[in-house]
Order: sequence, then structure tokens, then C-alpha cells
Amino acid sequence: MPAGTLYRGREGMWSWVAHRVTGVLIFFFLFAHVLDTALVRVSPQAYNSVIATYKTPLVNLMEYGLTAAILFHALNGLRVIAVDFWAKGPKYQAQMLWTVVTVWVLLMAGAFYPVLQETLQWLFS
Amino acid sequence: MATDSIGNVELTDSTPTDATAFLIEPPRKRTKTTAGRRSRTNFEMLAWLFMRLSGIVLVFLVLGHLIIQLVLDGGVSKISFAFVAGRWASPFWQVWDLLMLWLAMLHGANGMRTVINDYAERPNTRFWLKVLLVAATVFTVALGTLVIFTFDPNIS
Repeated sequence: MPAGTLYRGREGMWSWVAHRVTGVLIFFFLFAHVLDTALVRVSPQAYNSVIATYKTPLVNLMEYGLTAAILFHALNGLRVIAVDFWAKGPKYQAQMLWTVVTVWVLLMAGAFYPVLQETLQWLFS
Repeated sequence: MATDSIGNVELTDSTPTDATAFLIEPPRKRTKTTAGRRSRTNFEMLAWLFMRLSGIVLVFLVLGHLIIQLVLDGGVSKISFAFVAGRWASPFWQVWDLLMLWLAMLHGANGMRTVINDYAERPNTRFWLKVLLVAATVFTVALGTLVIFTFDPNIS
């Protein structure tokens, strides 16, 4: 790693990096998502034909990735609020990040089949 | 430069020396560039507060939205014009989606503003990136709001 790109490192910095990266990804998705949904104002055919391109295993996998980004951003956002408003928040920020990561892993494991069921059924049918 | 002992150097001495070239302004100090730009409303504090309040609301709105759209009743395979028409027949889901649209777009736009402020260093680049950001945000919020309010299930 070149000198000068590491701030203080460890949990504080890397959670900040992950929060920023997931936030930017979600923003660009949201922009595209409002545009595709706006097609309901054009015609049912226009909307259905675009949605049909989403019903593929690749896009299904991207939905799982979107779920991962949103869940991390949501859980870490709650941690940021705790750091700002809870008197002991800054003291326990690292422990709270590991709590966030644990809950995130459990939720992603729980979402694996529900979100990817179409693809899994297509793969193993 | 007045120096009592090693480690007690008066950096703010008015006599210009080489050391003043490395002087770091104390946080929130009025300088030539900030003196004339004193704002009566505390926009940055309100933006900071908005991120936290909208974030809490969005946790519920977005996670509920994900469960309904991606998990229940076969996920994306069930989504079609008819499905959207069925949901927006209810004012509850119209309000849900409208609130989610406004809060998420403003939350995301303010986050992008922070990112631009952090990485775009040239004043011109910062200005035009923010113009683009505001244009995209206003367009998206306006389009989404228009679609929710003027949705016609019997179109075409």
C-alpha cells in the first residue's frame, strides 16, 4: 500500500470506506430503479419488457449483491447513529462494528435462499 | 519568534518567519475566505441531522420494500404492470413509496455531495459535479412523484 492512503486503519476507517462505497452503489441503483419504474407511465408493455430482462440468474445475483450493500449500509448506519448519540458509542465503536458484521452475515445467510430461489431452482431443476 | 524553551514555540507570533508558512489554522477560526460567508442557518448541522433521522426511517421502509419485492411470492418473477397496479391501488403503498423516494433520494444526494466535497479538489470540478447532482436529483424526485400521483392502471 502506498504511503498516505491509510488514515487510522482498523475498524473505524474500513467501516467508513465500506459505508461510502455501498452508499454510492445504492444511489446509482436508486437512480436507475426510479427510471425503470417510471415506464409504468408509458405502457404496460414497455414496463413488462424491461422487467423481463431482470428475470435472469445474473440479475438475480445482482439483487443479492444489492441486498448485501443495503443491509450493511443500514446496519452500519445504525452504528454511526449510536456513535454520535450514545455517550459510550465512541468507546464501543469497534465492538459495534463486529456486531454489525455478525448480524449482516446471519441476515445474508438467511436471505440466500429467499432471494436466490428462482436461480437455485433453475440450477437444480 | 519568542521561544521560552524547547517545545514552547509561539507559532502565532506576528513576526513573519519561515515557521508561519506551516501554521495550521485552529478549527472554526474565521479566515479571509470564511469571514464574509457567515450563515445564519446551520445548514451543515441540519444536513447531518437529516442523514440520521432519514436513515432510521429508511431502514424500515427499504427493508420492508426488499422483503415484499425480492422475497415474498416468488421475488422478481411476480413483478409486472399488474402487480404495480395492484399495489398502487392502495394509498398506503403510494405514501410508502413516495416517502421512500423522497427520503432515499435526498439522503443519497447529500451523501454524494459529501463525496464530491471530499474528492473533487478543483473549484470548477466541484461546482459542475454538484450542478449535475442537483439536476439528477430534482429530475428523479420529480419524475418518481409524478409517476406515483398520475399512475393510470387502465393506460393504453
